[in-house]
Amino acid sequence: MEALILTIIATSIPLLLAATGELIAEKSGILNLGVEGMMLSGAVGALGAVLWLENPYYGIVAGALSGVLMASIFSVFTINFMTNQVATGLGLTIFATGLTGLAGAPLVGKTIPSLPKIEIFLLSDVPLIGSILFKQDFVAYLSIAIIIFISFFLKYSKSGIILRAVGDDHQSAHSVGYPVKKIRWYATCFGGMCAGIGGAYIPLVLTPHWSEGMTAGRGWIALALVVFASWIPWRIIVGALIFGGITIAQLVGQARGWPIPSQLLSMMPYIATIIALTMISGRLSKNNSVVPSSLGKPFFGNQ
Amino acid sequence: MITFIPRVKVSKNWVIIAPILSIVFTIFFGLLIFTFLGYNPLETLYQIFVSPFSRIDRISDILVKACPLIIIGTGLMLCFKSNVWNIGAEGQFIMGALLAGFIALSFPNIETKFFLLITILAGFVGGALWAFIPAILKTKLNVNEILVSLMLVYVAMLFIDFIVRGPLRDPMSFGFPLSKPYPEGAIINKIPFPGIGFLGQLHYGILFVFLLVPISWIFVNKTLGGFKINVLGSAPQAAKFAGFKQNSITLTVLLLSGGLAGVAGVIEVSANIGQLQPEVSFGYGFTAIIVAFLGRLSPVGILFAGIIIATVKLGADNAQMTMGIPKVVTGLFEGILLFFLLTGETLQKYKIKWSEGK
Repeated sequence: MEALILTIIATSIPLLLAATGELIAEKSGILNLGVEGMMLSGAVGALGAVLWLENPYYGIVAGALSGVLMASIFSVFTINFMTNQVATGLGLTIFATGLTGLAGAPLVGKTIPSLPKIEIFLLSDVPLIGSILFKQDFVAYLSIAIIIFISFFLKYSKSGIILRAVGDDHQSAHSVGYPVKKIRWYATCFGGMCAGIGGAYIPLVLTPHWSEGMTAGRGWIALALVVFASWIPWRIIVGALIFGGITIAQLVGQARGWPIPSQLLSMMPYIATIIALTMISGRLSKNNSVVPSSLGKPFFGNQ
Repeated sequence: MITFIPRVKVSKNWVIIAPILSIVFTIFFGLLIFTFLGYNPLETLYQIFVSPFSRIDRISDILVKACPLIIIGTGLMLCFKSNVWNIGAEGQFIMGALLAGFIALSFPNIETKFFLLITILAGFVGGALWAFIPAILKTKLNVNEILVSLMLVYVAMLFIDFIVRGPLRDPMSFGFPLSKPYPEGAIINKIPFPGIGFLGQLHYGILFVFLLVPISWIFVNKTLGGFKINVLGSAPQAAKFAGFKQNSITLTVLLLSGGLAGVAGVIEVSANIGQLQPEVSFGYGFTAIIVAFLGRLSPVGILFAGIIIATVKLGADNAQMTMGIPKVVTGLFEGILLFFLLTGETLQKYKIKWSEGK
């Protein structure tokens, strides 16, 4: 049971990180559909770095940097050249799939060491919850820290309120004097960093070797999670755990030989995403205030 | 700082120059990345862009490969023009092929080629039904069609895998996940040329493209339906005031694009494979997104774009065989190409003005 909960947590962490990063980008008005691509880059970057430097912690750094690099490409085109965000995001995912396939080819068949678990003194000995909550790896703690940080950041800090203002009405934010494009650049790059670390987590903890397209749609599920969470950070934790649970449930089902074909079980996370989106979207269309109003719209500067 | 000033008039030449410039830039940046990763740039350039033209049967294979891309791209054009983002054509392609395959396998002895009309219709229905899910969710409950259509790609891939390994598996396939071969009536033949024989894999399915391009041109440019789609995409407010029903347009374009993707699936399987197998698509549905944009969302443009992208795909196959470059590398070129095409679209509408100071 304990092992099961630990696997569910591990499965949900890439989703959690990627969705949190995307939430910040979307709060600033940027819809980046390149999450899948940024995660793939993070994964290949982490694998390369760990094979080269033989230390899993460099994998986290390399994953973050790869994600930021991809997000910068996205930012140049959507923010500076004002290209369509949906199409550019798709382009980024297609581009990154090709790039990581090329960069990952020499890494095929090589295995990397896993990210070590860190036990928190005394707390890890607490029965039941100790080994689940306080015997995790660095990225797991980091992802919770990021969620707590951005919850406060968005709600109470001045920068957070400016970020939301830019996402809700970029024209007004601009007339008051806030640098809309700069803020969006930062937000998108933060999103890239989180997606990159989330992608890095996949080879660092879940499957320690490269295969083409190894993120298997997690980036897209992360995008759906942001909607599912109605742009409220802590709800991403709930959503990510549910999806982690569904993913693991179908794996357990396959292992225990449930009388359902394995392919139909493997569909569950994707179908669950559609059902979750449908349930939330019905509510959202009645209460539109949570969706950043400038989301996906290009900002042309002074007009 | 840089400011963008709207252009009063769009230059006609730019419509053609922009895609060409985009291709030139893409090749330049692509080669830069190849050099950086340690591949010989000139050899890569030759394999990807020149080798597909080196023999006549290879040229006809470009047409074969372009065929599904053009058919799907034309459907996606209708969606993208009206700001509906169907990115699940890959799944609609698979479901179209699957439904048509099911019908074909249900009549194992049929020989008349008129049967193809039925399988192609079945493909259209299969693809359209798969697109109906995001369509109905979008129009009734405002669910994001991007995510739903994409999720359904994964579902479709798993579903065909299940069908081919389970219910429709040929008991005589020696354990391979293959269906029985299609009956003669459901096969699209290769085109025989007198005195030459067959040209590569060139098949009669290509005729559908020659039918589709003019029909879609007339639809987009000469009918009220096409006009509505154009207005909805370029001036949504105007469409609202004119009383165009956004939901019914969204529904229509999604069903049409899903149906066309399904037809592409039938043609691909009936002409090139002849039976169902777990993998039938090889990413055509995603590549067609790039084709639609490279063709500047116009039927004739998409015809050319399909041929260009098919060339690169075949070139990448060659590069994989001769240089060991992974085939997915085409994605690299497609992504960069899309970035530059979109930039070209901005520059078409706006002039850049550089000014000193803030």
